[in-house]
Amino acid sequence: MLSDQEKALIRNIWTRLTPMADTIGAEALLRMLTMYPGTKTYFAHLDISPRSAHLLSHGRKIVEALADGSEDIDNLMTHLAPLQTYHAYQLRIHPTNFKLLSHCMVVTLACYMGERFTAVSHAAMDKYLSAFSAVLGEKFR
Amino acid sequence: MVQWTDEERAIITDIFANLDYVEVGRKSLCRCLIVFPWTQRYFGAYGNLYNAETILCNPLIAAHGTKILHGLDRALKNMDNIKEVYTELSQLHSEKLHVDPDNFRLLVDCMTVVIAAQMGTAFTVETQVAWQKFVCVVVSALGRQYH
Repeated sequence: MLSDQEKALIRNIWTRLTPMADTIGAEALLRMLTMYPGTKTYFAHLDISPRSAHLLSHGRKIVEALADGSEDIDNLMTHLAPLQTYHAYQLRIHPTNFKLLSHCMVVTLACYMGERFTAVSHAAMDKYLSAFSAVLGEKFR
Repeated sequence: MVQWTDEERAIITDIFANLDYVEVGRKSLCRCLIVFPWTQRYFGAYGNLYNAETILCNPLIAAHGTKILHGLDRALKNMDNIKEVYTELSQLHSEKLHVDPDNFRLLVDCMTVVIAAQMGTAFTVETQVAWQKFVCVVVSALGRQYH
């Protein structure tokens, strides 16, 4: 459950970070791939070395999807429908992995935002990432 | 027994050497109570937890946060024996405090975020890996005496 204030906080954060979408996204991915080596199994077809072109481009896609979703949080189901289908039928990622990436995304945001990543922002973002992950996993079964 | 490389020991020692126990302890516990509000169930005797602002200004919570962080000193001083060192604390959390051990992970996740925010880009991937390995062992040790 996100309040209007929380939705505004989330939108604000992603708007400010969109210019660095590739760096933020790549770093979150790299943290996840290093912390949780099981997640590397989904990237066997890509070059996931630090700062690789693949990692930057994939990182940017993820952050842009998060930023787009934050523009209209009440309608995540509608906006994410194509990504839902993709994750369910093509990628078939084990659902627990969404939590791992969410955690690494939050850590990355903390590194880049420092004290500006307040407890209230953290709470809002954690809720948003949970909601986003839940929507992405809707079609899994 | 957990194996630590020299590099991991150095990273952990370094983090603690530069840690402001008062600030990080306070911020970590406050953050846990704000981000994961169900954890407030264990703090009924700690005064006003009405909203984020009151939690952040609560002196009892601040003091307790510092106490918790100092609790990690035991693991730091006994990195080769973390399991044994937390036997009593684990029993305390299980039998007296009745804390669901799943919540330990949430608190250490909040500590990780607070430390990351303080260290900024110095909280590298390698630092995160070593730190999380350390707190993961502590969390596991704290959960061992639950039967």
